[in-house]
Amino acid sequence: MEPELKSLLVISRHSPTAAAAREALDLALAAAAFGVPAGMLFLDAGVLQLLKGQDPAVIQQKSLAANLQALPMFGVDDLFVCQHSLSERGLQPGQLMLPVKPVEGSEIATLLEHYDQVVTL
Amino acid sequence: MKFAIALLAGPQDPAARSALSFAQAVLAGGHQISRLFFYRDAVHLASSLAVQPQDEADLARQWREFIRDNQLDAVVCIAAALRRGVLNEAEAYRWERPAANSGEPWELSGLGQWVDAMQTADRAVTFGT
Repeated sequence: MEPELKSLLVISRHSPTAAAAREALDLALAAAAFGVPAGMLFLDAGVLQLLKGQDPAVIQQKSLAANLQALPMFGVDDLFVCQHSLSERGLQPGQLMLPVKPVEGSEIATLLEHYDQVVTL
Repeated sequence: MKFAIALLAGPQDPAARSALSFAQAVLAGGHQISRLFFYRDAVHLASSLAVQPQDEADLARQWREFIRDNQLDAVVCIAAALRRGVLNEAEAYRWERPAANSGEPWELSGLGQWVDAMQTADRAVTFGT
């Protein structure tokens, strides 16, 4: 029997213009490609990655949208966004492009407990 | 116990030193390091071109010697490295760049190597933000 894979939560904390945002997505997608049960939590400036209606071409950047939308297709279904980080930036869950679940501080603690491994990028 | 250690921060960040000290302590404690993985700005450690003032520590050299002396598996994320201008001979040739600045003991490879290392190690530890 195949040994059970350890689950992985990738916490993405950087704004969409930072290379770090893409590099966090890449890790989640790579893990999913290996069949690792993976989830993502968007925290701090990372919540801005999810904001609809961005036009990164204006600053000669490639859109993250395609990579974000690939998450559910690759089996990264557990997508969370920090409610506090949204509120701090005056954002509502309805302004976000993916079906992400808003979580409060105590729920984040439960999430960290739930996953075998956590990487913050 | 088998450790997988990832470093995200560049040579200028204190995390690069903490990670090295931790890795040395892992071996000194009788444990094994199954893989080192260098991601994001940590790929700069794999460049052989950085020059430090003579009275300052050369962290890239310390990492290189630590990896060589202990014959460790040291993987540098190839996508992160190419973006930041860290290329071995094969990549310099492939992308028609005039020079390579990386090579043994570093290996350029994909993120899958980190995913695999996290799955197979008893402990996976990440340094830097």
